[in-house]
Amino acid sequence: MNRHLISAADLSRDDALLILDTAEELAQMADRPIRKLPTLRGRTVVNLFYEDSTRTRISFEAAAKRLSADVINFSAKGSSVAKGESLKDTALTLEAMGADAVVIRHGASGAPHRLAGWVRGSVVNAGDGAHEHPTQALLDAFTMRRRLGRLEGLRVAIVGDVLHSRVARSNVRLLHTLGAEVMLVAPPTLLPVAVGGWPCEVSYDLDAALPKADVVMMLRVQQERMNAAYFPTVREYSRRYGLDSGRMALLPEHAIVMHPGPMNRGVEIAAEVADSVRSTIVEQVGNGVSVRMAVLYLLLGGSEAQR
Amino acid sequence: MHALGPAGSDAGPGTQASLDAAPPGTKTVLGAAEIRRALTRIAHEILERTDGAADVMLLGIPTRGVPLAHRLADRLSQAEHGLVPAGSLDITMYRDDLRLRPARTLGHTDVPPAGIDGRVVVLVDDVLYSGRTVRAALDALVDLGRPRAVQLAVLVDRGHRELPIRADYVGKNLPTSQREVVRVLLEETDGQDAVLLGDDGGGA
Repeated sequence: MNRHLISAADLSRDDALLILDTAEELAQMADRPIRKLPTLRGRTVVNLFYEDSTRTRISFEAAAKRLSADVINFSAKGSSVAKGESLKDTALTLEAMGADAVVIRHGASGAPHRLAGWVRGSVVNAGDGAHEHPTQALLDAFTMRRRLGRLEGLRVAIVGDVLHSRVARSNVRLLHTLGAEVMLVAPPTLLPVAVGGWPCEVSYDLDAALPKADVVMMLRVQQERMNAAYFPTVREYSRRYGLDSGRMALLPEHAIVMHPGPMNRGVEIAAEVADSVRSTIVEQVGNGVSVRMAVLYLLLGGSEAQR
Repeated sequence: MHALGPAGSDAGPGTQASLDAAPPGTKTVLGAAEIRRALTRIAHEILERTDGAADVMLLGIPTRGVPLAHRLADRLSQAEHGLVPAGSLDITMYRDDLRLRPARTLGHTDVPPAGIDGRVVVLVDDVLYSGRTVRAALDALVDLGRPRAVQLAVLVDRGHRELPIRADYVGKNLPTSQREVVRVLLEETDGQDAVLLGDDGGGA
Protein backbone atom coordinates (compact mmCIF):
# COMPACT_ATOMS: atom_id res chain seq x y z
CA MET A 1 0.00 0.00 0.00
CA ASN A 2 1.01 3.59 -0.56
CA ARG A 3 1.84 5.82 2.38
CA HIS A 4 -1.16 8.03 1.65
CA LEU A 5 -4.71 7.46 0.51
CA ILE A 6 -5.55 10.37 -1.73
CA SER A 7 -7.33 8.87 -4.71
CA ALA A 8 -9.17 5.62 -5.31
CA ALA A 9 -6.90 5.34 -8.35
CA ASP A 10 -3.92 4.87 -5.99
CA LEU A 11 -5.31 1.49 -4.98
CA SER A 12 -4.42 -1.64 -6.88
CA ARG A 13 -6.91 -4.47 -6.90
CA ASP A 14 -4.89 -6.27 -4.23
CA ASP A 15 -4.69 -3.17 -2.03
CA ALA A 16 -8.43 -2.62 -2.27
CA LEU A 17 -9.23 -6.25 -1.48
CA LEU A 18 -6.79 -6.18 1.45
CA ILE A 19 -8.65 -3.17 2.87
CA LEU A 20 -12.03 -4.84 2.38
CA ASP A 21 -10.88 -8.13 3.93
CA THR A 22 -9.31 -6.32 6.87
CA ALA A 23 -12.51 -4.35 7.34
CA GLU A 24 -14.48 -7.61 7.30
CA GLU A 25 -12.45 -8.90 10.26
CA LEU A 26 -12.73 -5.58 12.08
CA ALA A 27 -16.50 -5.45 11.52
CA GLN A 28 -16.84 -8.41 13.91
CA MET A 29 -15.67 -6.12 16.67
CA ALA A 30 -18.97 -4.26 16.64
CA ASP A 31 -20.56 -7.24 18.46
CA ARG A 32 -17.95 -7.46 21.18
CA PRO A 33 -18.33 -6.20 24.73
CA ILE A 34 -15.14 -4.14 24.47
CA ARG A 35 -14.96 -2.34 21.15
CA LYS A 36 -11.38 -1.26 21.37
CA LEU A 37 -8.09 -2.59 20.09
CA PRO A 38 -4.70 -1.47 21.42
CA THR A 39 -3.10 -1.42 17.98
CA LEU A 40 -2.48 2.31 17.41
CA ARG A 41 -1.69 3.20 21.01
CA GLY A 42 0.53 6.27 21.13
CA ARG A 43 -0.20 7.30 17.54
CA THR A 44 -1.87 10.61 16.79
CA VAL A 45 -4.52 11.10 14.13
CA VAL A 46 -5.55 14.64 13.24
CA ASN A 47 -8.93 15.26 11.66
CA LEU A 48 -8.49 18.41 9.63
CA PHE A 49 -11.90 19.51 8.36
CA TYR A 50 -12.24 22.64 6.27
CA GLU A 51 -15.75 21.71 5.17
CA ASP A 52 -18.77 20.70 7.19
CA SER A 53 -19.23 17.01 7.73
CA THR A 54 -21.12 14.86 10.20
CA ARG A 55 -20.74 11.23 9.30
CA THR A 56 -17.27 11.25 7.78
CA ARG A 57 -15.69 13.14 10.67
CA ILE A 58 -17.45 11.11 13.34
CA SER A 59 -16.68 7.92 11.46
CA PHE A 60 -12.95 8.68 11.26
CA GLU A 61 -12.93 9.74 14.89
CA ALA A 62 -14.66 6.52 16.00
CA ALA A 63 -12.32 4.44 13.83
CA ALA A 64 -9.18 6.04 15.26
CA LYS A 65 -10.46 5.78 18.84
CA ARG A 66 -11.39 2.11 18.47
CA LEU A 67 -7.78 1.51 17.48
CA SER A 68 -6.64 3.46 20.58
CA ALA A 69 -5.05 6.32 18.62
CA ASP A 70 -5.13 9.82 20.06
CA VAL A 71 -7.47 12.00 18.02
CA ILE A 72 -7.18 15.73 17.53
CA ASN A 73 -10.16 17.33 15.83
CA PHE A 74 -9.61 20.50 13.93
CA SER A 75 -12.34 22.34 12.11
CA ALA A 76 -11.70 25.49 10.16
CA LYS A 77 -14.40 27.34 12.02
CA GLY A 78 -13.06 28.74 15.29
CA SER A 79 -9.41 28.09 14.39
CA SER A 80 -6.57 30.24 13.07
CA VAL A 81 -7.85 29.53 9.56
CA ALA A 82 -10.58 32.06 10.32
CA LYS A 83 -7.70 34.51 10.93
CA GLY A 84 -6.26 33.75 7.50
CA GLU A 85 -3.72 30.99 8.19
CA SER A 86 -2.70 29.12 5.06
CA LEU A 87 -2.98 25.35 4.59
CA LYS A 88 0.79 25.07 4.58
CA ASP A 89 1.21 26.85 7.92
CA THR A 90 -1.52 24.71 9.44
CA ALA A 91 0.26 21.64 8.07
CA LEU A 92 3.57 22.70 9.63
CA THR A 93 1.82 23.20 12.95
CA LEU A 94 0.40 19.67 12.78
CA GLU A 95 3.83 18.37 11.83
CA ALA A 96 5.32 20.00 14.91
CA MET A 97 2.69 18.29 17.05
CA GLY A 98 3.79 14.93 15.67
CA ALA A 99 0.71 13.87 13.73
CA ASP A 100 1.12 10.29 12.44
CA ALA A 101 -1.85 10.68 10.13
CA VAL A 102 -3.83 13.63 8.86
CA VAL A 103 -7.38 13.05 7.69
CA ILE A 104 -8.28 16.03 5.57
CA ARG A 105 -11.49 17.35 4.06
CA HIS A 106 -11.09 20.47 1.98
CA GLY A 107 -13.18 22.45 -0.48
CA ALA A 108 -10.35 22.62 -3.00
CA SER A 109 -9.54 19.62 -5.19
CA GLY A 110 -5.91 18.64 -4.72
CA ALA A 111 -5.53 19.97 -1.16
CA PRO A 112 -4.69 16.50 0.26
CA HIS A 113 -2.11 16.03 -2.48
CA ARG A 114 -0.40 19.32 -1.54
CA LEU A 115 -0.57 18.43 2.13
CA ALA A 116 1.14 15.10 1.49
CA GLY A 117 4.19 17.01 0.29
CA TRP A 118 4.43 18.98 3.52
CA VAL A 119 3.94 16.45 6.31
CA ARG A 120 5.82 13.30 7.26
CA GLY A 121 2.74 11.37 8.37
CA SER A 122 0.16 9.64 6.20
CA VAL A 123 -2.50 11.74 4.52
CA VAL A 124 -6.00 10.36 4.11
CA ASN A 125 -8.35 12.19 1.79
CA ALA A 126 -11.78 12.56 3.40
CA GLY A 127 -13.18 14.50 0.45
CA ASP A 128 -11.52 17.25 -1.60
CA GLY A 129 -13.78 19.56 -3.60
CA ALA A 130 -15.40 17.73 -6.48
CA HIS A 131 -12.37 15.44 -6.83
CA GLU A 132 -12.34 12.30 -4.69
CA HIS A 133 -13.56 10.65 -1.51
CA PRO A 134 -11.80 7.28 -1.51
CA THR A 135 -12.92 5.95 1.87
CA GLN A 136 -16.55 6.50 0.86
CA ALA A 137 -15.96 4.41 -2.25
CA LEU A 138 -14.33 1.71 -0.13
CA LEU A 139 -17.23 1.58 2.30
CA ASP A 140 -19.69 1.48 -0.60
CA ALA A 141 -17.80 -1.43 -2.15
CA PHE A 142 -17.69 -3.11 1.26
CA THR A 143 -21.45 -2.70 1.67
CA MET A 144 -22.13 -4.11 -1.82
CA ARG A 145 -19.90 -7.10 -1.18
CA ARG A 146 -21.55 -7.80 2.16
CA ARG A 147 -25.08 -7.55 0.77
CA LEU A 148 -24.58 -9.19 -2.61
CA GLY A 149 -21.61 -11.44 -1.92
CA ARG A 150 -19.39 -10.27 -4.75
CA LEU A 151 -18.14 -7.24 -6.69
CA GLU A 152 -16.87 -8.86 -9.88
CA GLY A 153 -19.42 -8.35 -12.65
CA LEU A 154 -21.83 -6.38 -10.46
CA ARG A 155 -23.82 -3.76 -12.36
CA VAL A 156 -23.90 -0.47 -10.48
CA ALA A 157 -25.96 2.55 -11.55
CA ILE A 158 -24.78 5.85 -10.04
CA VAL A 159 -27.56 8.39 -10.40
CA GLY A 160 -27.75 12.15 -10.09
CA ASP A 161 -25.34 15.00 -9.59
CA VAL A 162 -22.20 13.36 -10.94
CA LEU A 163 -20.66 16.72 -11.86
CA HIS A 164 -20.20 17.86 -8.26
CA SER A 165 -19.77 14.41 -6.76
CA ARG A 166 -16.42 13.24 -5.42
CA VAL A 167 -18.24 10.10 -4.30
CA ALA A 168 -19.09 9.25 -7.91
CA ARG A 169 -15.52 9.83 -9.10
CA SER A 170 -14.00 7.63 -6.42
CA ASN A 171 -16.64 4.96 -6.90
CA VAL A 172 -16.16 4.78 -10.67
CA ARG A 173 -12.41 4.30 -10.23
CA LEU A 174 -12.60 1.79 -7.38
CA LEU A 175 -15.47 -0.26 -8.79
CA HIS A 176 -13.69 -0.46 -12.12
CA THR A 177 -10.54 -1.71 -10.34
CA LEU A 178 -12.64 -4.33 -8.54
CA GLY A 179 -14.30 -5.57 -11.72
CA ALA A 180 -17.80 -4.09 -11.40
CA GLU A 181 -19.58 -2.42 -14.32
CA VAL A 182 -20.60 1.16 -13.63
CA MET A 183 -23.28 3.18 -15.40
CA LEU A 184 -23.67 6.87 -14.67
CA VAL A 185 -27.22 8.18 -15.03
CA ALA A 186 -27.71 11.95 -14.95
CA PRO A 187 -29.06 14.88 -16.90
CA PRO A 188 -26.45 16.09 -19.43
CA THR A 189 -25.88 19.28 -17.45
CA LEU A 190 -24.82 17.29 -14.38
CA LEU A 191 -22.20 15.17 -16.13
CA PRO A 192 -18.57 16.33 -16.29
CA VAL A 193 -17.24 17.22 -19.76
CA ALA A 194 -14.52 14.54 -19.60
CA VAL A 195 -16.88 11.73 -18.61
CA GLY A 196 -16.22 10.03 -21.97
CA GLY A 197 -12.76 9.07 -20.72
CA TRP A 198 -14.00 7.38 -17.55
CA PRO A 199 -14.17 3.59 -17.36
CA CYS A 200 -17.98 3.48 -17.31
CA GLU A 201 -21.13 3.83 -19.40
CA VAL A 202 -23.31 6.92 -19.44
CA SER A 203 -27.07 7.20 -19.79
CA TYR A 204 -29.67 9.96 -19.47
CA ASP A 205 -32.57 7.59 -18.90
CA LEU A 206 -33.09 6.28 -15.36
CA ASP A 207 -36.10 4.09 -16.17
CA ALA A 208 -34.09 2.19 -18.79
CA ALA A 209 -31.12 1.69 -16.47
CA LEU A 210 -32.96 0.36 -13.41
CA PRO A 211 -34.15 -3.10 -14.60
CA LYS A 212 -30.59 -4.34 -15.13
CA ALA A 213 -28.93 -2.79 -12.08
CA ASP A 214 -27.75 -4.85 -9.08
CA VAL A 215 -27.01 -1.68 -7.16
CA VAL A 216 -28.45 1.79 -7.57
CA MET A 217 -26.54 4.55 -5.84
CA MET A 218 -28.37 7.86 -5.53
CA LEU A 219 -26.21 10.98 -5.26
CA ARG A 220 -27.15 14.05 -3.29
CA VAL A 221 -28.15 17.11 -5.31
CA GLN A 222 -25.48 19.48 -4.06
CA GLN A 223 -27.46 22.67 -3.95
CA GLU A 224 -24.67 24.49 -2.09
CA ARG A 225 -22.39 24.03 -5.13
CA MET A 226 -25.06 25.00 -7.66
CA ASN A 227 -24.82 28.73 -8.04
CA ALA A 228 -25.67 28.23 -11.68
CA ALA A 229 -28.95 26.49 -12.46
CA TYR A 230 -28.33 22.97 -13.74
CA PHE A 231 -31.97 21.97 -14.08
CA PRO A 232 -35.19 24.00 -14.38
CA THR A 233 -36.86 23.07 -11.08
CA VAL A 234 -36.23 20.67 -8.23
CA ARG A 235 -39.62 19.13 -8.95
CA GLU A 236 -38.72 18.38 -12.52
CA TYR A 237 -35.40 16.86 -11.47
CA SER A 238 -37.19 14.73 -8.94
CA ARG A 239 -39.71 13.52 -11.52
CA ARG A 240 -37.02 12.45 -13.99
CA TYR A 241 -34.11 11.39 -11.76
CA GLY A 242 -35.55 10.85 -8.30
CA LEU A 243 -35.99 7.31 -6.95
CA ASP A 244 -39.55 6.79 -5.73
CA SER A 245 -41.34 3.54 -4.90
CA GLY A 246 -42.67 3.20 -8.46
CA ARG A 247 -39.15 3.31 -9.88
CA MET A 248 -37.85 1.03 -7.13
CA ALA A 249 -40.31 -1.60 -8.37
CA LEU A 250 -38.40 -1.66 -11.69
CA LEU A 251 -35.29 -2.96 -9.94
CA PRO A 252 -34.50 -6.69 -9.90
CA GLU A 253 -35.57 -8.58 -6.75
CA HIS A 254 -32.09 -8.67 -5.17
CA ALA A 255 -31.01 -5.10 -6.00
CA ILE A 256 -30.02 -2.68 -3.24
CA VAL A 257 -30.41 1.09 -2.94
CA MET A 258 -27.48 3.14 -1.65
CA HIS A 259 -26.96 6.79 -0.78
CA PRO A 260 -23.77 8.34 0.62
CA GLY A 261 -25.74 10.81 2.73
CA PRO A 262 -26.82 13.37 3.69
CA MET A 263 -30.09 12.75 1.84
CA ASN A 264 -32.50 15.29 0.42
CA ARG A 265 -35.65 13.27 1.06
CA GLY A 266 -38.19 14.01 -1.64
CA VAL A 267 -35.57 15.28 -4.11
CA GLU A 268 -33.24 12.50 -5.28
CA ILE A 269 -34.79 9.81 -3.06
CA ALA A 270 -38.32 9.36 -1.73
CA ALA A 271 -38.73 8.83 2.01
CA GLU A 272 -40.35 5.40 1.55
CA VAL A 273 -37.40 4.25 -0.56
CA ALA A 274 -34.84 5.55 1.92
CA ASP A 275 -36.57 3.63 4.73
CA SER A 276 -37.22 0.40 2.77
CA VAL A 277 -35.45 -2.90 3.46
CA ARG A 278 -33.51 -2.55 0.23
CA SER A 279 -31.88 0.62 1.41
CA THR A 280 -28.40 0.21 2.88
CA ILE A 281 -28.07 3.81 3.99
CA VAL A 282 -27.78 3.16 7.74
CA GLU A 283 -25.61 0.08 7.12
CA GLN A 284 -23.23 2.22 5.07
CA VAL A 285 -22.58 4.43 8.09
CA GLY A 286 -21.76 1.44 10.32
CA ASN A 287 -19.55 -0.08 7.62
CA GLY A 288 -17.78 3.26 7.29
CA VAL A 289 -16.22 2.83 10.72
CA SER A 290 -14.91 -0.67 9.91
CA VAL A 291 -13.47 0.43 6.58
CA ARG A 292 -11.78 3.49 8.06
CA MET A 293 -10.34 1.36 10.84
CA ALA A 294 -8.90 -0.91 8.17
CA VAL A 295 -7.39 2.06 6.30
CA LEU A 296 -5.86 3.56 9.45
CA TYR A 297 -4.52 0.18 10.54
CA LEU A 298 -2.94 -0.57 7.18
CA LEU A 299 -1.42 2.93 6.89
CA LEU A 300 -0.24 3.30 10.51
CA GLY A 301 -0.13 -0.21 11.99
CA GLY A 302 3.22 -1.20 10.57
CA SER A 303 6.77 0.01 10.87
CA GLU A 304 7.84 3.64 10.36
CA ALA A 305 10.30 2.69 7.67
CA GLN A 306 7.54 1.23 5.58
CA ARG A 307 5.48 4.41 5.62
CA MET B 1 -9.86 -36.07 10.21
CA HIS B 2 -7.83 -38.63 12.04
CA ALA B 3 -9.33 -41.68 13.64
CA LEU B 4 -8.39 -42.49 17.20
CA GLY B 5 -6.60 -45.76 16.53
CA PRO B 6 -4.60 -47.60 19.19
CA ALA B 7 -1.39 -45.64 19.61
CA GLY B 8 1.51 -47.05 17.67
CA SER B 9 -0.40 -49.27 15.27
CA ASP B 10 0.24 -46.92 12.36
CA ALA B 11 3.47 -45.27 13.44
CA GLY B 12 5.59 -46.74 10.66
CA PRO B 13 4.09 -45.45 7.43
CA GLY B 14 3.23 -42.00 8.82
CA THR B 15 6.73 -41.33 10.01
CA GLN B 16 8.17 -42.71 6.83
CA ALA B 17 6.11 -40.43 4.58
CA SER B 18 7.11 -37.36 6.55
CA LEU B 19 10.77 -38.27 6.51
CA ASP B 20 10.67 -38.50 2.75
CA ALA B 21 9.01 -35.09 2.53
CA ALA B 22 11.52 -33.21 4.69
CA PRO B 23 13.28 -30.59 2.53
CA PRO B 24 17.08 -30.63 2.43
CA GLY B 25 18.73 -28.98 5.45
CA THR B 26 15.85 -29.90 7.74
CA LYS B 27 15.01 -32.99 9.71
CA THR B 28 11.65 -34.35 10.74
CA VAL B 29 11.30 -34.36 14.51
CA LEU B 30 7.66 -35.45 14.61
CA GLY B 31 5.86 -37.46 11.95
CA ALA B 32 2.15 -37.71 11.30
CA ALA B 33 1.64 -40.61 13.71
CA GLU B 34 3.58 -38.91 16.49
CA ILE B 35 1.55 -35.73 16.08
CA ARG B 36 -1.61 -37.82 16.24
CA ARG B 37 -0.47 -39.54 19.44
CA ALA B 38 0.66 -36.27 21.02
CA LEU B 39 -2.75 -34.70 20.36
CA THR B 40 -4.54 -37.75 21.75
CA ARG B 41 -2.42 -37.55 24.90
CA ILE B 42 -3.07 -33.80 25.25
CA ALA B 43 -6.81 -34.43 24.84
CA HIS B 44 -6.72 -36.97 27.68
CA GLU B 45 -4.71 -34.60 29.86
CA ILE B 46 -7.31 -31.88 29.24
CA LEU B 47 -10.07 -34.31 30.24
CA GLU B 48 -8.23 -35.17 33.45
CA ARG B 49 -7.39 -31.62 34.42
CA THR B 50 -10.83 -30.18 33.66
CA ASP B 51 -13.11 -32.94 35.03
CA GLY B 52 -14.33 -34.22 31.67
CA ALA B 53 -14.02 -30.98 29.73
CA ALA B 54 -17.54 -29.83 30.64
CA ASP B 55 -16.91 -26.07 30.39
CA VAL B 56 -13.95 -26.24 28.06
CA MET B 57 -13.66 -24.14 24.92
CA LEU B 58 -10.66 -24.47 22.62
CA LEU B 59 -9.39 -21.38 20.84
CA GLY B 60 -6.67 -21.84 18.23
CA ILE B 61 -4.27 -19.05 17.35
CA PRO B 62 -4.04 -18.60 13.55
CA THR B 63 -2.68 -19.98 11.40
CA ARG B 64 -1.82 -23.48 12.61
CA GLY B 65 -3.29 -23.30 16.08
CA VAL B 66 -6.77 -23.35 14.53
CA PRO B 67 -6.72 -26.82 12.93
CA LEU B 68 -4.97 -28.15 16.05
CA ALA B 69 -7.79 -26.75 18.22
CA HIS B 70 -10.40 -28.44 16.01
CA ARG B 71 -8.55 -31.76 16.12
CA LEU B 72 -8.38 -31.60 19.91
CA ALA B 73 -12.07 -30.68 20.08
CA ASP B 74 -12.94 -33.74 17.96
CA ARG B 75 -10.99 -35.99 20.30
CA LEU B 76 -12.58 -34.45 23.39
CA SER B 77 -16.05 -34.72 21.90
CA GLN B 78 -15.53 -38.39 21.03
CA ALA B 79 -14.14 -39.24 24.43
CA GLU B 80 -16.90 -37.57 26.43
CA HIS B 81 -19.85 -37.78 24.02
CA GLY B 82 -20.52 -34.08 24.38
CA LEU B 83 -19.67 -31.33 21.97
CA VAL B 84 -16.63 -29.31 22.94
CA PRO B 85 -16.70 -25.97 21.10
CA ALA B 86 -13.62 -24.81 19.20
CA GLY B 87 -12.83 -21.56 17.44
CA SER B 88 -10.03 -19.22 16.56
CA LEU B 89 -8.56 -16.13 18.14
CA ASP B 90 -6.54 -13.74 15.99
CA ILE B 91 -3.97 -11.82 17.98
CA THR B 92 -2.46 -9.61 15.27
CA MET B 93 -3.88 -6.36 16.63
CA TYR B 94 -2.45 -7.17 20.08
CA ARG B 95 1.12 -7.98 19.06
CA ASP B 96 3.98 -6.05 20.63
CA ASP B 97 6.09 -6.05 17.47
CA LEU B 98 3.65 -4.40 15.06
CA ARG B 99 5.94 -1.43 14.60
CA LEU B 100 8.86 -3.59 13.59
CA ARG B 101 7.28 -4.85 10.37
CA PRO B 102 4.88 -3.66 7.66
CA ALA B 103 1.21 -3.89 8.60
CA ARG B 104 0.23 -7.55 8.80
CA THR B 105 -2.80 -9.17 7.29
CA LEU B 106 -5.36 -10.00 9.95
CA GLY B 107 -6.33 -13.56 10.73
CA HIS B 108 -9.84 -14.69 11.42
CA THR B 109 -11.39 -14.58 14.88
CA ASP B 110 -14.27 -16.98 15.35
CA VAL B 111 -15.49 -17.36 18.91
CA PRO B 112 -18.23 -20.01 19.31
CA PRO B 113 -21.60 -18.36 20.05
CA ALA B 114 -21.60 -19.62 23.66
CA GLY B 115 -19.00 -16.95 24.47
CA ILE B 116 -16.01 -17.29 26.76
CA ASP B 117 -17.56 -15.97 29.99
CA GLY B 118 -17.23 -18.49 32.84
CA ARG B 119 -15.57 -21.12 30.65
CA VAL B 120 -12.20 -22.81 30.79
CA VAL B 121 -10.52 -21.51 27.66
CA VAL B 122 -7.66 -23.61 26.33
CA LEU B 123 -5.50 -21.61 23.95
CA VAL B 124 -3.95 -23.79 21.26
CA ASP B 125 -0.86 -22.95 19.25
CA ASP B 126 1.65 -24.91 17.23
CA VAL B 127 4.95 -23.69 18.69
CA LEU B 128 5.69 -22.03 22.02
CA TYR B 129 8.83 -19.92 21.73
CA SER B 130 9.25 -16.43 23.21
CA GLY B 131 5.79 -16.45 24.79
CA ARG B 132 4.89 -13.13 23.19
CA THR B 133 2.10 -14.57 21.07
CA VAL B 134 0.50 -16.03 24.20
CA ARG B 135 0.85 -12.68 25.98
CA ALA B 136 -1.00 -11.04 23.09
CA ALA B 137 -3.64 -13.79 23.16
CA LEU B 138 -4.26 -13.18 26.88
CA ASP B 139 -4.87 -9.49 26.13
CA ALA B 140 -7.21 -10.38 23.27
CA LEU B 141 -9.16 -12.74 25.55
CA VAL B 142 -9.69 -10.06 28.17
CA ASP B 143 -11.41 -7.91 25.55
CA LEU B 144 -13.76 -10.76 24.66
CA GLY B 145 -14.99 -11.58 28.13
CA ARG B 146 -14.00 -13.18 31.41
CA PRO B 147 -13.12 -16.89 31.27
CA ARG B 148 -13.07 -18.87 34.52
CA ALA B 149 -9.57 -20.05 33.69
CA VAL B 150 -7.17 -19.93 30.76
CA GLN B 151 -4.86 -22.79 29.89
CA LEU B 152 -2.35 -23.28 27.12
CA ALA B 153 -1.78 -26.27 24.86
CA VAL B 154 1.07 -26.37 22.34
CA LEU B 155 2.29 -29.02 19.96
CA VAL B 156 5.95 -28.08 20.38
CA ASP B 157 7.70 -26.20 23.17
CA ARG B 158 11.07 -25.10 21.84
CA GLY B 159 12.22 -23.06 24.86
CA HIS B 160 13.82 -19.58 24.89
CA ARG B 161 10.98 -17.89 26.75
CA GLU B 162 11.14 -14.10 27.02
CA LEU B 163 8.11 -13.78 29.30
CA PRO B 164 6.96 -15.65 32.41
CA ILE B 165 4.63 -17.98 30.50
CA ARG B 166 4.46 -21.78 30.45
CA ALA B 167 2.26 -24.31 28.71
CA ASP B 168 -0.20 -26.56 30.55
CA TYR B 169 -0.15 -29.22 27.84
CA VAL B 170 2.87 -29.90 25.63
CA GLY B 171 3.03 -32.30 22.68
CA LYS B 172 6.81 -32.40 22.62
CA ASN B 173 9.56 -30.52 24.39
CA LEU B 174 12.13 -29.77 21.73
CA PRO B 175 15.45 -28.33 22.87
CA THR B 176 16.63 -25.96 20.15
CA SER B 177 19.18 -23.24 19.60
CA GLN B 178 17.81 -19.82 18.72
CA ARG B 179 19.38 -20.08 15.27
CA GLU B 180 17.24 -23.05 14.42
CA VAL B 181 13.81 -22.84 12.81
CA VAL B 182 10.91 -25.04 13.84
CA ARG B 183 8.22 -25.54 11.20
CA VAL B 184 4.95 -27.24 11.85
CA LEU B 185 3.15 -28.61 8.82
CA LEU B 186 -0.47 -29.68 9.08
CA GLU B 187 -2.73 -31.56 6.71
CA GLU B 188 -5.30 -28.72 6.68
CA THR B 189 -2.85 -25.94 5.80
CA ASP B 190 0.14 -27.69 4.23
CA GLY B 191 -1.12 -31.01 2.90
CA GLN B 192 0.83 -33.16 5.38
CA ASP B 193 1.51 -33.53 9.09
CA ALA B 194 5.09 -33.02 10.27
CA VAL B 195 7.28 -30.97 12.56
CA LEU B 196 10.56 -29.98 10.89
CA LEU B 197 13.71 -28.62 12.46
CA GLY B 198 16.15 -26.72 10.27
CA ASP B 199 18.87 -24.11 10.63
CA ASP B 200 18.08 -20.47 9.90
CA GLY B 201 18.81 -20.90 6.20
CA GLY B 202 15.93 -23.34 6.03
CA GLY B 203 13.18 -20.80 5.37
CA ALA B 204 10.17 -19.83 7.51
